[in-house]
Amino acid sequence: MRNPLSKQITEIKPSGIRKFFDIVSEMKDAISLGVGEPDFDTPWRIREEGIYSLERGRTFYTSNAGLMDLKEEISKYLERKIGVKYDPKKECVVTVGGSEAIDIAFRAMLDPGDEVLIPQPCYVSYDPCAKLAGGVPVAIPLKNENEFKLTKEELEAAITPKTKILVMPFPNNPTGAIMTREELEPIAETVKEHDLYVLSDEIYSELTYKGTHTSIASLPGMRERTLVINGFSKSFAMTGWRLGYVCGPELILEQMLKIHQFAIMCAPTNSQYAAVEALKNCEAEVDRMRESYNQRRRYLVSEFKRMNIPCFEPYGAFYVFPCIKEFGMTSDEFATRFLQEEKVATVPGTAFGDSGEGFLRISYAYSLEDLKVALGRFESFITKLRS
Amino acid sequence: MNDTRRQILNYIERNCKVDLKELAILLGTDEVTVVNEIDAMEQEKIICGYHTMIDWEKAGVDQVNALIEVRVTPQRGRGFEHIAQRIYNYPEVTSVYLISGAYDFLVSIEGKSLMEISRFVSDKLAPIDDVVGTATHFILRTYKEHGTVLAQKEKEERMLVTP
Repeated sequence: MRNPLSKQITEIKPSGIRKFFDIVSEMKDAISLGVGEPDFDTPWRIREEGIYSLERGRTFYTSNAGLMDLKEEISKYLERKIGVKYDPKKECVVTVGGSEAIDIAFRAMLDPGDEVLIPQPCYVSYDPCAKLAGGVPVAIPLKNENEFKLTKEELEAAITPKTKILVMPFPNNPTGAIMTREELEPIAETVKEHDLYVLSDEIYSELTYKGTHTSIASLPGMRERTLVINGFSKSFAMTGWRLGYVCGPELILEQMLKIHQFAIMCAPTNSQYAAVEALKNCEAEVDRMRESYNQRRRYLVSEFKRMNIPCFEPYGAFYVFPCIKEFGMTSDEFATRFLQEEKVATVPGTAFGDSGEGFLRISYAYSLEDLKVALGRFESFITKLRS
Repeated sequence: MNDTRRQILNYIERNCKVDLKELAILLGTDEVTVVNEIDAMEQEKIICGYHTMIDWEKAGVDQVNALIEVRVTPQRGRGFEHIAQRIYNYPEVTSVYLISGAYDFLVSIEGKSLMEISRFVSDKLAPIDDVVGTATHFILRTYKEHGTVLAQKEKEERMLVTP
Protein backbone atom coordinates (compact mmCIF):
# COMPACT_ATOMS: atom_id res chain seq x y z
CA MET A 1 0.00 0.00 0.00
CA ARG A 2 1.23 3.53 -0.72
CA ASN A 3 2.20 5.78 2.19
CA PRO A 4 -0.93 7.83 2.81
CA LEU A 5 0.97 10.66 4.48
CA SER A 6 2.70 13.75 3.20
CA LYS A 7 6.40 14.15 3.92
CA GLN A 8 5.78 17.60 5.26
CA ILE A 9 3.36 16.55 7.97
CA THR A 10 5.36 13.55 9.16
CA GLU A 11 8.39 15.76 9.59
CA ILE A 12 6.56 17.98 12.05
CA LYS A 13 7.03 16.98 15.69
CA PRO A 14 3.92 16.73 17.82
CA SER A 15 3.63 19.47 20.43
CA GLY A 16 5.82 18.99 23.50
CA ILE A 17 2.78 19.63 25.62
CA ARG A 18 0.99 16.74 23.98
CA LYS A 19 3.69 14.35 25.13
CA PHE A 20 3.54 15.64 28.66
CA PHE A 21 -0.24 15.53 28.61
CA ASP A 22 -0.09 11.80 27.90
CA ILE A 23 2.00 11.26 31.03
CA VAL A 24 -0.31 13.44 33.10
CA SER A 25 -3.44 11.68 31.92
CA GLU A 26 -2.07 8.42 33.34
CA MET A 27 -1.85 10.00 36.78
CA LYS A 28 -5.01 9.80 38.78
CA ASP A 29 -5.59 12.43 41.50
CA ALA A 30 -2.91 14.75 40.14
CA ILE A 31 -3.47 18.47 40.64
CA SER A 32 -2.29 20.94 38.07
CA LEU A 33 -0.53 24.21 37.42
CA GLY A 34 -0.45 23.33 33.76
CA VAL A 35 -3.42 24.83 31.98
CA GLY A 36 -3.32 27.60 29.44
CA GLU A 37 -6.91 28.72 29.91
CA PRO A 38 -8.82 30.83 32.45
CA ASP A 39 -10.36 29.20 35.52
CA PHE A 40 -13.28 31.61 35.35
CA ASP A 41 -16.45 30.60 33.63
CA THR A 42 -17.44 32.79 30.70
CA PRO A 43 -19.31 35.76 32.22
CA TRP A 44 -22.97 34.88 32.45
CA ARG A 45 -24.25 37.71 30.29
CA ILE A 46 -22.10 36.39 27.43
CA ARG A 47 -23.33 32.85 27.94
CA GLU A 48 -26.90 34.14 27.98
CA GLU A 49 -26.42 35.80 24.60
CA GLY A 50 -25.11 32.49 23.28
CA ILE A 51 -28.18 30.72 24.62
CA TYR A 52 -30.55 33.39 23.22
CA SER A 53 -28.96 33.16 19.82
CA LEU A 54 -29.70 29.43 19.78
CA GLU A 55 -33.25 29.96 21.05
CA ARG A 56 -33.90 32.47 18.31
CA GLY A 57 -32.79 29.92 15.78
CA ARG A 58 -29.67 31.75 14.68
CA THR A 59 -28.15 28.50 13.57
CA PHE A 60 -27.18 29.51 10.04
CA TYR A 61 -23.80 30.49 8.58
CA THR A 62 -22.72 34.08 8.92
CA SER A 63 -20.88 35.85 6.13
CA ASN A 64 -17.37 34.47 5.71
CA ALA A 65 -15.58 37.30 7.43
CA GLY A 66 -18.05 37.29 10.31
CA LEU A 67 -21.13 39.14 11.56
CA MET A 68 -21.05 42.80 10.65
CA ASP A 69 -22.19 43.73 14.17
CA LEU A 70 -19.27 41.85 15.64
CA LYS A 71 -16.71 43.29 13.24
CA GLU A 72 -17.96 46.77 14.05
CA GLU A 73 -17.57 46.09 17.76
CA ILE A 74 -14.08 44.67 17.18
CA SER A 75 -13.14 47.77 15.25
CA LYS A 76 -14.40 50.04 18.04
CA TYR A 77 -12.72 47.89 20.68
CA LEU A 78 -9.31 48.05 18.98
CA GLU A 79 -9.59 51.76 18.44
CA ARG A 80 -10.37 52.15 22.15
CA LYS A 81 -7.68 49.77 23.36
CA ILE A 82 -4.74 50.16 21.01
CA GLY A 83 -5.61 53.36 19.20
CA VAL A 84 -5.65 51.85 15.71
CA LYS A 85 -8.74 52.10 13.51
CA TYR A 86 -9.63 49.22 11.19
CA ASP A 87 -12.38 49.24 8.59
CA PRO A 88 -14.78 46.53 9.78
CA LYS A 89 -15.80 45.79 6.18
CA LYS A 90 -12.36 45.19 4.72
CA GLU A 91 -9.77 44.96 7.44
CA CYS A 92 -11.19 42.41 9.87
CA VAL A 93 -11.83 38.67 9.69
CA VAL A 94 -13.44 36.71 12.52
CA THR A 95 -11.67 33.38 12.92
CA VAL A 96 -11.94 30.12 14.79
CA GLY A 97 -9.73 31.20 17.66
CA GLY A 98 -6.52 33.15 17.33
CA SER A 99 -4.90 29.90 16.15
CA GLU A 100 -6.74 29.91 12.84
CA ALA A 101 -5.65 33.49 12.27
CA ILE A 102 -2.01 32.45 12.74
CA ASP A 103 -2.41 29.63 10.25
CA ILE A 104 -4.12 31.60 7.49
CA ALA A 105 -1.80 34.56 7.96
CA PHE A 106 1.25 32.41 7.21
CA ARG A 107 -0.48 30.69 4.32
CA ALA A 108 -1.47 33.98 2.78
CA MET A 109 1.95 35.58 3.16
CA LEU A 110 4.68 32.97 2.77
CA ASP A 111 6.32 31.63 -0.36
CA PRO A 112 8.58 28.56 -0.12
CA GLY A 113 11.81 29.51 1.62
CA ASP A 114 10.54 32.72 3.21
CA GLU A 115 11.81 32.99 6.75
CA VAL A 116 9.65 33.65 9.79
CA LEU A 117 11.36 34.97 12.90
CA ILE A 118 9.90 33.49 16.05
CA PRO A 119 11.06 34.74 19.45
CA GLN A 120 11.13 31.76 21.79
CA PRO A 121 9.96 30.51 24.24
CA CYS A 122 6.52 31.00 22.75
CA TYR A 123 3.18 29.41 22.03
CA VAL A 124 3.48 26.13 20.19
CA SER A 125 1.75 26.90 16.87
CA TYR A 126 3.93 29.42 15.08
CA ASP A 127 6.69 27.01 14.13
CA PRO A 128 4.55 24.19 12.64
CA CYS A 129 2.10 26.60 11.00
CA ALA A 130 4.99 28.43 9.31
CA LYS A 131 6.33 25.10 8.05
CA LEU A 132 2.95 23.95 6.80
CA ALA A 133 2.72 27.20 4.84
CA GLY A 134 6.05 26.43 3.18
CA GLY A 135 8.00 28.93 5.25
CA VAL A 136 11.15 28.44 7.26
CA PRO A 137 10.75 29.15 10.97
CA VAL A 138 13.82 30.75 12.54
CA ALA A 139 13.86 30.82 16.33
CA ILE A 140 15.22 33.82 18.21
CA PRO A 141 16.11 32.51 21.67
CA LEU A 142 15.14 35.12 24.25
CA LYS A 143 17.06 35.54 27.46
CA ASN A 144 16.11 35.43 31.10
CA GLU A 145 18.38 38.42 31.81
CA ASN A 146 16.28 40.49 29.39
CA GLU A 147 13.14 39.21 31.10
CA PHE A 148 12.39 37.37 27.87
CA LYS A 149 11.79 40.54 25.87
CA LEU A 150 12.99 40.80 22.28
CA THR A 151 15.86 43.24 21.79
CA LYS A 152 16.83 45.12 18.64
CA GLU A 153 20.24 43.37 18.63
CA GLU A 154 18.69 39.91 18.80
CA LEU A 155 16.31 40.80 16.00
CA GLU A 156 19.00 42.27 13.75
CA ALA A 157 21.25 39.25 14.23
CA ALA A 158 18.48 36.95 12.98
CA ILE A 159 17.46 38.89 9.88
CA THR A 160 18.56 37.53 6.49
CA PRO A 161 17.54 38.57 2.96
CA LYS A 162 14.89 35.84 3.14
CA THR A 163 13.24 37.12 6.31
CA LYS A 164 9.65 38.14 5.67
CA ILE A 165 7.66 37.98 8.91
CA LEU A 166 8.45 38.68 12.54
CA VAL A 167 6.13 37.07 15.08
CA MET A 168 5.56 39.24 18.15
CA PRO A 169 3.98 37.07 20.84
CA PHE A 170 3.48 39.56 23.69
CA PRO A 171 2.16 39.39 26.39
CA ASN A 172 3.90 36.06 26.19
CA ASN A 173 2.83 32.52 26.81
CA PRO A 174 4.79 30.87 28.55
CA THR A 175 7.02 33.55 30.10
CA GLY A 176 4.47 36.24 30.99
CA ALA A 177 6.79 38.87 29.48
CA ILE A 178 5.30 42.06 28.07
CA MET A 179 6.86 44.72 25.85
CA THR A 180 6.26 48.40 26.50
CA ARG A 181 6.02 51.13 23.89
CA GLU A 182 9.65 52.15 24.54
CA GLU A 183 10.78 48.56 24.05
CA LEU A 184 8.71 48.14 20.89
CA GLU A 185 9.97 51.32 19.22
CA PRO A 186 13.46 50.03 18.26
CA ILE A 187 11.91 46.77 17.08
CA ALA A 188 9.51 48.70 14.84
CA GLU A 189 12.41 50.74 13.42
CA THR A 190 14.30 47.57 12.50
CA VAL A 191 11.19 46.01 10.98
CA LYS A 192 10.68 49.05 8.73
CA GLU A 193 14.34 49.28 7.84
CA HIS A 194 14.38 45.67 6.62
CA ASP A 195 10.90 45.85 5.09
CA LEU A 196 9.45 43.04 7.21
CA TYR A 197 5.89 42.27 8.24
CA VAL A 198 4.77 41.64 11.81
CA LEU A 199 2.32 39.06 13.05
CA SER A 200 1.43 40.48 16.46
CA ASP A 201 -0.32 37.87 18.59
CA GLU A 202 -2.04 39.93 21.26
CA ILE A 203 -4.39 37.29 22.63
CA TYR A 204 -3.31 38.12 26.22
CA SER A 205 -3.51 41.90 25.74
CA GLU A 206 -6.18 42.38 28.41
CA LEU A 207 -4.03 40.55 30.93
CA THR A 208 -1.40 43.24 31.35
CA TYR A 209 -0.57 44.20 34.93
CA LYS A 210 1.74 47.16 34.50
CA GLY A 211 0.53 50.11 32.50
CA THR A 212 -1.66 49.24 29.54
CA HIS A 213 -0.96 47.01 26.58
CA THR A 214 0.71 48.63 23.57
CA SER A 215 0.28 47.13 20.13
CA ILE A 216 3.20 47.42 17.73
CA ALA A 217 0.58 48.28 15.08
CA SER A 218 0.05 51.61 16.84
CA LEU A 219 3.63 52.79 16.25
CA PRO A 220 4.27 55.17 13.32
CA GLY A 221 4.35 53.41 9.95
CA MET A 222 3.54 49.99 11.45
CA ARG A 223 -0.17 49.69 10.78
CA GLU A 224 0.39 48.82 7.10
CA ARG A 225 2.88 46.08 7.91
CA THR A 226 1.23 44.47 10.94
CA LEU A 227 -1.45 41.85 11.42
CA VAL A 228 -3.04 42.15 14.85
CA ILE A 229 -4.35 38.83 16.11
CA ASN A 230 -6.59 38.75 19.14
CA GLY A 231 -9.60 36.85 20.41
CA PHE A 232 -12.00 36.11 23.19
CA SER A 233 -10.45 33.04 24.83
CA LYS A 234 -8.23 34.64 27.43
CA SER A 235 -9.71 38.10 28.00
CA PHE A 236 -13.33 36.94 28.28
CA ALA A 237 -12.68 33.37 29.45
CA MET A 238 -14.17 31.94 26.26
CA THR A 239 -11.68 29.27 25.19
CA GLY A 240 -14.27 26.66 24.25
CA TRP A 241 -16.24 29.09 22.08
CA ARG A 242 -13.36 29.10 19.60
CA LEU A 243 -13.44 32.70 18.53
CA GLY A 244 -10.69 35.04 17.50
CA TYR A 245 -10.03 37.69 14.89
CA VAL A 246 -7.36 39.28 12.80
CA CYS A 247 -7.16 42.90 11.69
CA GLY A 248 -4.70 44.38 9.25
CA PRO A 249 -4.16 45.77 5.76
CA GLU A 250 -6.89 44.92 3.25
CA LEU A 251 -4.32 43.62 0.77
CA ILE A 252 -3.41 40.74 3.11
CA LEU A 253 -6.81 40.22 4.71
CA GLU A 254 -8.44 39.77 1.31
CA GLN A 255 -6.23 36.76 0.61
CA MET A 256 -6.56 35.37 4.14
CA LEU A 257 -10.32 35.54 3.73
CA LYS A 258 -10.05 33.26 0.69
CA ILE A 259 -8.39 30.52 2.75
CA HIS A 260 -10.83 31.05 5.61
CA GLN A 261 -13.73 30.87 3.20
CA PHE A 262 -12.65 27.60 1.63
CA ALA A 263 -11.33 25.86 4.75
CA ILE A 264 -13.64 27.12 7.50
CA MET A 265 -16.60 28.95 5.93
CA CYS A 266 -17.25 31.04 9.03
CA ALA A 267 -16.62 31.08 12.76
CA PRO A 268 -19.34 29.53 14.98
CA THR A 269 -22.46 31.68 14.72
CA ASN A 270 -23.63 31.54 18.32
CA SER A 271 -20.13 32.32 19.54
CA GLN A 272 -20.18 35.40 17.35
CA TYR A 273 -23.46 36.65 18.81
CA ALA A 274 -22.14 36.02 22.32
CA ALA A 275 -18.94 37.90 21.51
CA VAL A 276 -20.87 41.04 20.54
CA GLU A 277 -22.13 41.16 24.14
CA ALA A 278 -18.60 40.55 25.42
CA LEU A 279 -17.23 43.59 23.61
CA LYS A 280 -20.21 45.81 24.35
CA ASN A 281 -20.88 45.20 28.02
CA CYS A 282 -18.20 43.19 29.79
CA GLU A 283 -15.42 45.63 30.59
CA ALA A 284 -16.18 45.38 34.33
CA GLU A 285 -16.01 41.58 34.24
CA VAL A 286 -12.66 41.74 32.49
CA ASP A 287 -11.39 44.18 35.12
CA ARG A 288 -12.54 41.87 37.88
CA MET A 289 -10.76 38.87 36.37
CA ARG A 290 -7.62 40.89 35.74
CA GLU A 291 -7.53 42.04 39.35
CA SER A 292 -7.87 38.49 40.55
CA TYR A 293 -5.08 37.21 38.25
CA ASN A 294 -2.91 40.06 39.39
CA GLN A 295 -3.31 39.06 43.05
CA ARG A 296 -2.35 35.48 42.30
CA ARG A 297 0.60 36.67 40.20
CA ARG A 298 1.94 38.73 43.10
CA TYR A 299 1.43 35.79 45.43
CA LEU A 300 3.37 33.38 43.19
CA VAL A 301 6.24 35.79 42.57
CA SER A 302 6.52 36.42 46.29
CA GLU A 303 6.43 32.70 47.11
CA PHE A 304 9.16 31.85 44.60
CA LYS A 305 11.24 34.67 46.01
CA ARG A 306 10.75 33.29 49.52
CA MET A 307 11.86 29.85 48.31
CA ASN A 308 14.90 31.34 46.58
CA ILE A 309 13.76 30.19 43.17
CA PRO A 310 14.92 32.74 40.57
CA CYS A 311 11.89 34.14 38.79
CA PHE A 312 11.68 37.50 37.04
CA GLU A 313 8.48 39.41 37.68
CA PRO A 314 6.20 38.86 34.69
CA TYR A 315 3.63 41.54 33.91
CA GLY A 316 1.39 39.74 31.44
CA ALA A 317 -0.75 36.68 30.63
CA PHE A 318 -1.29 34.23 33.51
CA TYR A 319 2.05 32.49 33.76
CA VAL A 320 5.22 32.74 35.77
CA PHE A 321 8.40 31.19 34.44
CA PRO A 322 10.69 30.20 37.31
CA CYS A 323 14.22 28.97 36.69
CA ILE A 324 15.02 25.48 38.00
CA LYS A 325 18.59 25.19 36.70
CA GLU A 326 20.06 24.84 40.21
CA PHE A 327 18.63 21.32 40.48
CA GLY A 328 20.77 20.03 37.62
CA MET A 329 17.88 18.45 35.75
CA THR A 330 16.36 19.23 32.39
CA SER A 331 12.96 20.92 32.48
CA ASP A 332 11.46 17.69 31.27
CA GLU A 333 13.06 15.62 34.03
CA PHE A 334 12.10 18.15 36.68
CA ALA A 335 8.47 18.35 35.53
CA THR A 336 8.21 14.58 35.25
CA ARG A 337 9.65 13.94 38.71
CA PHE A 338 7.55 16.71 40.24
CA LEU A 339 4.50 15.10 38.74
CA GLN A 340 5.42 11.59 39.83
CA GLU A 341 6.59 12.44 43.32
CA GLU A 342 4.24 15.26 44.26
CA LYS A 343 1.41 14.75 41.78
CA VAL A 344 1.47 18.28 40.44
CA ALA A 345 1.40 18.90 36.70
CA THR A 346 3.42 21.80 35.31
CA VAL A 347 4.73 22.30 31.79
CA PRO A 348 8.46 22.05 31.06
CA GLY A 349 9.81 25.25 29.47
CA THR A 350 11.15 23.24 26.55
CA ALA A 351 7.58 22.59 25.33
CA PHE A 352 7.79 26.20 24.10
CA GLY A 353 11.17 26.01 22.39
CA ASP A 354 14.72 25.02 23.25
CA SER A 355 15.38 28.32 24.99
CA GLY A 356 12.84 27.29 27.63
CA GLU A 357 15.36 24.76 28.94
CA GLY A 358 15.89 25.20 32.65
CA PHE A 359 12.48 26.77 33.21
CA LEU A 360 8.97 25.69 34.13
CA ARG A 361 5.71 27.25 33.06
CA ILE A 362 3.48 27.73 36.08
CA SER A 363 -0.04 28.85 35.31
CA TYR A 364 -1.99 30.91 37.79
CA ALA A 365 -5.35 30.31 36.20
CA TYR A 366 -6.31 28.63 39.46
CA SER A 367 -7.93 29.76 42.67
CA LEU A 368 -5.63 30.99 45.41
CA GLU A 369 -6.56 27.96 47.52
CA ASP A 370 -5.46 25.58 44.73
CA LEU A 371 -2.26 27.56 44.18
CA LYS A 372 -1.41 27.28 47.86
CA VAL A 373 -1.78 23.51 47.88
CA ALA A 374 0.29 23.14 44.72
CA LEU A 375 3.02 25.50 45.92
CA GLY A 376 3.17 23.65 49.24
CA ARG A 377 4.01 20.53 47.26
CA PHE A 378 6.53 22.45 45.17
CA GLU A 379 8.27 23.58 48.33
CA SER A 380 8.47 20.09 49.79
CA PHE A 381 9.80 18.82 46.43
CA ILE A 382 12.61 21.36 46.21
CA THR A 383 13.43 20.98 49.91
CA LYS A 384 13.92 17.28 49.24
CA LEU A 385 16.09 18.04 46.19
CA ARG A 386 18.21 20.58 48.07
CA SER A 387 18.89 18.39 51.08
CA MET B 1 -11.62 56.35 47.75
CA ASN B 2 -8.04 55.34 47.11
CA ASP B 3 -7.28 52.23 45.12
CA THR B 4 -5.77 50.32 48.05
CA ARG B 5 -8.96 50.81 50.05
CA ARG B 6 -11.10 49.72 47.15
CA GLN B 7 -9.02 46.58 46.65
CA ILE B 8 -9.03 45.73 50.35
CA LEU B 9 -12.79 46.09 50.54
CA ASN B 10 -13.36 44.07 47.37
CA TYR B 11 -11.25 41.30 48.82
CA ILE B 12 -12.49 41.14 52.40
CA GLU B 13 -16.10 41.51 51.31
CA ARG B 14 -15.74 37.93 50.11
CA ASN B 15 -13.17 36.65 52.56
CA CYS B 16 -12.55 38.53 55.78
CA LYS B 17 -10.57 35.64 57.23
CA VAL B 18 -7.57 36.40 55.03
CA ASP B 19 -4.22 36.74 56.74
CA LEU B 20 -3.31 40.42 56.48
CA LYS B 21 0.30 39.75 55.61
CA GLU B 22 -0.92 37.64 52.72
CA LEU B 23 -3.46 40.28 51.70
CA ALA B 24 -0.61 42.79 51.52
CA ILE B 25 1.24 40.50 49.10
CA LEU B 26 -1.84 39.98 46.96
CA LEU B 27 -2.40 43.72 46.67
CA GLY B 28 1.25 44.56 46.10
CA THR B 29 1.57 46.69 49.24
CA ASP B 30 2.92 46.23 52.77
CA GLU B 31 1.25 44.82 55.84
CA VAL B 32 1.38 48.08 57.81
CA THR B 33 -0.60 49.85 55.10
CA VAL B 34 -3.24 47.15 55.04
CA VAL B 35 -3.59 47.11 58.83
CA ASN B 36 -3.80 50.90 59.02
CA GLU B 37 -6.35 51.17 56.23
CA ILE B 38 -8.55 48.49 57.78
CA ASP B 39 -8.34 50.12 61.21
CA ALA B 40 -9.23 53.48 59.73
CA MET B 41 -12.14 52.04 57.78
CA GLU B 42 -13.45 50.35 60.93
CA GLN B 43 -13.26 53.68 62.76
CA GLU B 44 -15.04 55.44 59.92
CA LYS B 45 -17.71 52.73 59.90
CA ILE B 46 -16.97 51.96 56.28
CA ILE B 47 -16.41 48.44 57.53
CA CYS B 48 -19.49 47.78 59.66
CA GLY B 49 -18.82 44.24 60.80
CA TYR B 50 -17.51 40.81 59.88
CA HIS B 51 -20.27 38.27 59.63
CA THR B 52 -20.33 34.60 58.83
CA MET B 53 -22.52 33.12 56.14
CA ILE B 54 -24.07 29.94 57.47
CA ASP B 55 -26.15 27.27 55.80
CA TRP B 56 -28.30 26.50 58.85
CA GLU B 57 -30.12 23.75 57.05
CA LYS B 58 -26.85 21.87 56.59
CA ALA B 59 -25.98 22.55 60.20
CA GLY B 60 -29.16 20.67 61.14
CA VAL B 61 -30.74 23.68 62.82
CA ASP B 62 -34.36 24.45 62.01
CA GLN B 63 -34.75 27.99 60.92
CA VAL B 64 -37.40 29.83 58.96
CA ASN B 65 -36.87 33.09 57.15
CA ALA B 66 -39.47 35.41 55.76
CA LEU B 67 -39.66 38.64 53.83
CA ILE B 68 -42.44 40.92 54.90
CA GLU B 69 -43.85 43.77 52.91
CA VAL B 70 -45.00 46.52 55.23
CA ARG B 71 -47.21 49.44 54.26
CA VAL B 72 -47.22 52.40 56.65
CA THR B 73 -48.58 55.91 57.06
CA PRO B 74 -45.64 58.18 57.79
CA GLN B 75 -46.38 60.78 60.43
CA ARG B 76 -45.93 64.45 59.96
CA GLY B 77 -42.50 65.58 61.06
CA ARG B 78 -41.19 62.12 61.85
CA GLY B 79 -41.06 60.57 58.38
CA PHE B 80 -40.12 56.94 58.02
CA GLU B 81 -37.17 56.92 60.42
CA HIS B 82 -39.28 56.57 63.52
CA ILE B 83 -41.29 53.63 62.17
CA ALA B 84 -38.16 51.93 60.82
CA GLN B 85 -36.61 52.14 64.25
CA ARG B 86 -39.65 50.59 65.93
CA ILE B 87 -39.29 47.68 63.52
CA TYR B 88 -35.53 47.16 63.45
CA ASN B 89 -35.12 47.15 67.22
CA TYR B 90 -36.62 43.67 67.37
CA PRO B 91 -33.79 41.12 67.38
CA GLU B 92 -35.81 38.79 65.11
CA VAL B 93 -35.57 41.40 62.37
CA THR B 94 -32.40 40.84 60.33
CA SER B 95 -32.83 43.66 57.84
CA VAL B 96 -35.11 46.57 57.06
CA TYR B 97 -35.19 48.45 53.78
CA LEU B 98 -37.20 51.50 52.82
CA ILE B 99 -38.16 50.88 49.22
CA SER B 100 -39.91 52.44 46.28
CA GLY B 101 -43.04 50.91 44.79
CA ALA B 102 -46.27 49.43 46.05
CA TYR B 103 -45.27 49.22 49.70
CA ASP B 104 -42.85 51.01 52.02
CA PHE B 105 -40.60 48.63 53.97
CA LEU B 106 -39.18 45.27 53.14
CA VAL B 107 -38.36 43.51 56.39
CA SER B 108 -36.58 40.20 56.71
CA ILE B 109 -37.15 38.10 59.74
CA GLU B 110 -35.72 34.90 61.10
CA GLY B 111 -37.44 32.53 63.46
CA LYS B 112 -37.56 28.90 64.54
CA SER B 113 -40.89 28.06 62.90
CA LEU B 114 -43.66 29.38 60.67
CA MET B 115 -45.74 29.78 63.79
CA GLU B 116 -43.13 31.91 65.52
CA ILE B 117 -42.87 34.23 62.56
CA SER B 118 -46.63 34.46 62.08
CA ARG B 119 -47.01 35.33 65.72
CA PHE B 120 -44.33 38.00 65.47
CA VAL B 121 -46.12 39.59 62.53
CA SER B 122 -49.55 39.52 64.11
CA ASP B 123 -48.49 40.40 67.66
CA LYS B 124 -45.65 42.84 67.10
CA LEU B 125 -45.42 44.17 63.58
CA ALA B 126 -49.03 44.62 62.46
CA PRO B 127 -50.17 46.42 65.64
CA ILE B 128 -47.60 49.20 65.32
CA ASP B 129 -49.67 52.36 65.03
CA ASP B 130 -48.53 53.54 61.66
CA VAL B 131 -48.53 50.14 59.99
CA VAL B 132 -51.53 49.80 57.70
CA GLY B 133 -50.85 46.41 56.17
CA THR B 134 -48.39 43.53 55.88
CA ALA B 135 -47.82 40.62 53.49
CA THR B 136 -45.58 37.78 54.62
CA HIS B 137 -43.52 35.71 52.17
CA PHE B 138 -41.79 32.67 53.63
CA ILE B 139 -38.49 31.84 52.03
CA LEU B 140 -38.60 28.31 50.69
CA ARG B 141 -35.06 28.05 49.45
CA THR B 142 -31.97 30.24 49.26
CA TYR B 143 -30.00 29.97 46.04
CA LYS B 144 -27.62 32.86 46.39
CA GLU B 145 -26.75 35.19 49.23
CA HIS B 146 -24.07 37.86 49.62
CA GLY B 147 -22.96 37.14 46.06
CA THR B 148 -22.35 33.49 46.86
CA VAL B 149 -24.20 30.65 45.19
CA LEU B 150 -25.05 28.03 47.79
CA ALA B 151 -25.20 25.06 45.40
CA GLN B 152 -22.28 22.64 45.43
CA LYS B 153 -19.61 23.73 43.02
CA GLU B 154 -19.06 21.41 40.13
CA LYS B 155 -15.81 19.56 39.72
CA GLU B 156 -12.98 21.00 37.66
CA GLU B 157 -13.48 19.93 34.07
CA ARG B 158 -10.53 21.56 32.40
CA MET B 159 -7.80 19.30 31.12
CA LEU B 160 -4.75 19.15 33.37
CA VAL B 161 -2.34 20.44 30.77
CA THR B 162 -3.07 22.65 27.76
CA PRO B 163 -0.81 24.88 25.66
